[in-house]
Amino acid sequence: MLLYMWVGIAGMAGALLRYGLGLAVGLVWEGGFPLATFLTNMAGSFALGYLTFWLRRKPSVHPYTSLIFGTGLIGSFTTFSTFSVENIQLLHSGQTVTAVFYILFSLIGGLFMSWAGFRTGSGVTKGGDTA
Amino acid sequence: MIQIMLVAAGGFWGAVFRFGISQWVKGHSVTSFPLATLFVNIAGSFLLGWITATEPSDSIRLFFGIGFMGAFTTFSTLKLENIQFYRKKQWDVLILYLALTYIVGILAALAGFLLGSR
Repeated sequence: MLLYMWVGIAGMAGALLRYGLGLAVGLVWEGGFPLATFLTNMAGSFALGYLTFWLRRKPSVHPYTSLIFGTGLIGSFTTFSTFSVENIQLLHSGQTVTAVFYILFSLIGGLFMSWAGFRTGSGVTKGGDTA
Repeated sequence: MIQIMLVAAGGFWGAVFRFGISQWVKGHSVTSFPLATLFVNIAGSFLLGWITATEPSDSIRLFFGIGFMGAFTTFSTLKLENIQFYRKKQWDVLILYLALTYIVGILAALAGFLLGSR
């Protein structure tokens, strides 16, 4: 039960970081492309990949660390529902090209960022998958 | 200040529900396919589409939309699970998982949106 509380508190922090980043991006970006959600999801994908594979090399770290910071914090920081709904809104307002790019950039960019996090987190500098 | 508290409270419960569902699925599932993440992302997309179409008040948008649904669904876990399929060279599972999440997720948001606009 205590673990649920910690995941919830971390989720609170993740949602607030996402909200804050959204407000900050809103000050400088007014284009049709949903930049705030995109940046959130890219940063979070890298961070979760890094954290997960970095922790695998640190067996002394408490096993709850991954659940609290990975599942709770980063899991709540990134979001899929906002992504889906933003696409519906883009399509609804006729911005089809923006929606297509948003989907493709998120699909491929997210995989790349997660992969980059995995590589750096597992300590791979070059060459094959040694993790 | 009230805005921050609404987002925080929504984020708390969104994360707790997502974690609870993933723990339950882990205990009952016979497949290694990431059903929990797939479920939260599709259900959350549907519900957020619905909420958005009803043009909610700021409080509802902050608590349910940005807080709860934002934290309930996740993008980073989806990508990490894909990288794990990539490492195991399970290309068919990787493509199926991505296709299901993106196609059904966006269609679910549309269905919610249409239902909420009626």
